[in-house]
Amino acid sequence: MTRSVFRFWLPLGFTLLVSAFLILPVLLSVLAGVTLNWQRGPAGGLTFRWVAEVWGLYADTVLRTLLLAGATAIADLLLGLPLAYVLARHPSRKARLMEELIMLPVAVPGLATALALIILYGGWQSLRGGSVFILIGHVLFTLPFMVRSVLAVLAALDIRTLEEGAASLGAGPWRRLLTVVLPNARPGILAGALMVVTLSVGEFNMTWMLHTPLTKTLPVGLADAYASMRLEIASAYTVVFLLMIVPLLVLMQKAAAAASGGR
Amino acid sequence: MGGQPERRTQTPLAIRVEGCARTFPDGVRALDRVDLDIRAGETLALLGPSGCGKTTLLRLIAGLDHPDPGGRILFDGEDVTALPIERRRVGMVFQSYALFPNMSVAANVAYGLKIQGMAPDMRRARVTEMLEMMRIAPLADRAIDQLSGGQRQRVALARAIAPRPRLLLLDEPLTALDAKLRDALRVEIDQLLRALGTTALYVTHDQAEAMALGDRVVVMTHGRIAQIGTPYEIYHRPAGRFVADFVGLMNRIRGTLSGDGVRCPGGIVPLAAAGPSHRPAGARRPGDGAPVEIQFRPEDAVVAAPGQGHVRGTVTASFFLGDRVRILVEGVGTTPLTVETGGRIDPLTDATLAAGAPIELRIQSAPLAPEGEA
Amino acid sequence: MTFFTAFWLLPMARLALFAADGREGWAAYLTVVTHPRYFESLVATVLLSAAVTAATLVTGGLSGVFLSRHRFPGRRTLIGLLTLPLAFPGVVVGFLVILLAGRQGLIGALSQSLGGSRIVFAYSMGGLFLGYLYFSIPRVLLTVMAAAEKLDPALEEAARSLGAPPLRILLDILIPGLMPALIGAGALCFATSMGAFGTAFTLATRISVLPMAIYTEFTLFADMAIAAAMSLVLGLLTWAVLALARSATGAGVAAAA
Repeated sequence: MTRSVFRFWLPLGFTLLVSAFLILPVLLSVLAGVTLNWQRGPAGGLTFRWVAEVWGLYADTVLRTLLLAGATAIADLLLGLPLAYVLARHPSRKARLMEELIMLPVAVPGLATALALIILYGGWQSLRGGSVFILIGHVLFTLPFMVRSVLAVLAALDIRTLEEGAASLGAGPWRRLLTVVLPNARPGILAGALMVVTLSVGEFNMTWMLHTPLTKTLPVGLADAYASMRLEIASAYTVVFLLMIVPLLVLMQKAAAAASGGR
Repeated sequence: MGGQPERRTQTPLAIRVEGCARTFPDGVRALDRVDLDIRAGETLALLGPSGCGKTTLLRLIAGLDHPDPGGRILFDGEDVTALPIERRRVGMVFQSYALFPNMSVAANVAYGLKIQGMAPDMRRARVTEMLEMMRIAPLADRAIDQLSGGQRQRVALARAIAPRPRLLLLDEPLTALDAKLRDALRVEIDQLLRALGTTALYVTHDQAEAMALGDRVVVMTHGRIAQIGTPYEIYHRPAGRFVADFVGLMNRIRGTLSGDGVRCPGGIVPLAAAGPSHRPAGARRPGDGAPVEIQFRPEDAVVAAPGQGHVRGTVTASFFLGDRVRILVEGVGTTPLTVETGGRIDPLTDATLAAGAPIELRIQSAPLAPEGEA
Repeated sequence: MTFFTAFWLLPMARLALFAADGREGWAAYLTVVTHPRYFESLVATVLLSAAVTAATLVTGGLSGVFLSRHRFPGRRTLIGLLTLPLAFPGVVVGFLVILLAGRQGLIGALSQSLGGSRIVFAYSMGGLFLGYLYFSIPRVLLTVMAAAEKLDPALEEAARSLGAPPLRILLDILIPGLMPALIGAGALCFATSMGAFGTAFTLATRISVLPMAIYTEFTLFADMAIAAAMSLVLGLLTWAVLALARSATGAGVAAAA
């Protein structure tokens, strides 16, 4: 097959240019993170000193971020699964409205949500000072993604008819849930959970407002590092972050592809 | 299908539907008050265009939906209206099959048996028996998404029959298949239903399917039952214009009563051809000059030699359909007629069937109805 | 739902009232849209977001259509690279822009070695533009690709069989066919740019975009009422844009966020 310049090579070049724009800075940051002195450039010598230093400073932050992401995913499952199931089984105008409502924290900037949370609950010290406060923000922001992911899979399967099939064979509601609904929703649950974890690990807008010096997460630490430390350390910190988020992202995209395709 | 026929372990169930209507929450009335008796062991076909309420009626009988207050469903005299489907012991084949994608073929078929608490070795035996009966034994361990449409259909049937249901419900089971496969499976389902002897309800919008499978056919339209009868009655004694037109093709000639015939623009159709049995029961014979309408099926008219026909018209088009030739004729009545004739005629070379050629017809059977009715 | 009411609806309602409890009362809302300082940042934010949206739609749209229409070795890798920044928070994007266009950035180094002066624009509108563009492209790209895959290729073939040149196909078939996706992706892009706090936080030390203005009010001047009023205005604006796009396309626009 011959490829015409106009239809193929030109747009390909353009697309490559775009991807260069997206990838080049990432490579720069990785390079800067392992360079002894960025002013003199990579030729001046490479080192893992900065990465090690960052790890020493922020290991607890990394751990907290992961725990928080895990907790967010669990909370989303507990809240989102029943909701998605109800929405899938009873599609009505009311259900649509509820779906719209829970989307609001995504549509409205995190900054506004965070400010609202602080104003209403900020005086409540035990809540304001803990990680739970951040968890609430993260759950608000990520819940719709979990619900949508599960809902999409349930809708594509026509879960209603599958359940009717099970019922016609004598299965009661619990049995249908355990043998038909949950096993078939698994790809959606998995994709949703991975997405939630990825979003939670990377969330900054809300977390920055909600955090205290004792409850920093990775992106918050990043902002600190960018504001106050030398470029090499900031880059090294970015490298640590990339090492966490990129595998998550790849997994998430695989899971999402498995949840939507293959059927 | 294949294998040994199923043992009859269940005495067939008789079903009564009493005053069942169904209004959806959005106000749409899917079903008007319907009364219906399904005899023990018969296969009843529910036939009608989409939206006529046939699937709603099936879902009421299945227990997937509940009638408006006042309606009752009785299984062998026992009121089951309040029972959900899982407690009615019915088997159901869904239009989309509703096979569980997280289970293998064998696990799908075993699902209902497992719920009944059947011992594992008996269960395995029953599953094997079912798969062999449906001739899909080699597919036992396949995943559902590796099956073709016809194979899925067989799995769905096996799954529904395995727990020995008292009633088998089939909701447009062949609609998703292509024409050839549909014909083959129709024959197999027919044999299966006869062998099982289970009461069965078969919903379809395909009149050929309903006629071939149903001991009786229920024709529905706009949420009501238009006619209940054997396939022969439905076809040859349709209870109204809707049934006549929905089941097969119906020709109509308007004319006036004149002595022993009906006078129309193309000539006179002798009344003897109508046959006494076709006159609406109890109807008085109208007097001469009264406007009447003759109805007949395309195969009830034959092409006659010149001078031998009852009526004359002009060919507008003719089509070779393989097993028969379809001829469109104008000028006999006010609307065009469709006539079908067998035999090895090639309308492309036969000048008598060319467009514009004159044609004479003998009409062999012509139900008579006062104009505007039936 | 209880969770949602307790932690979003109630706080939001409180926020609305709170803004009115300040020194100026309900006039705080008026101040936000009339006072030159706040108004300027509002206008600047809207203009910047609109520019980013237009640029992203063009780049993301072109690449998206191309990637969905052609199969070639390395395509998957390319898509992988293009969607990599999807999970980067705004702060990281801001930092990446610093690496590109900051004082020690690549662009500066290049321009200097080419004999010119060091070009540094990371901390200006240009930097913000670049940053917003950076995190908007992957989202738009994915949306456009999904829509283009669904677009029946027979439509294009039919147009070609009728003798339509590529430009006509673009105008008559592709753009109308992708319109819902473009509107949706554009609205999303606009909304995220309006509320993008992370990128602004690292880059906008000298310019006042709305999220930064809110943050400054909140921390520096501790004028909570004004901050609350501004975030409500911001929230309403982004929500309105998304709702508008949704009613225009009749589909779930925010789905791809």
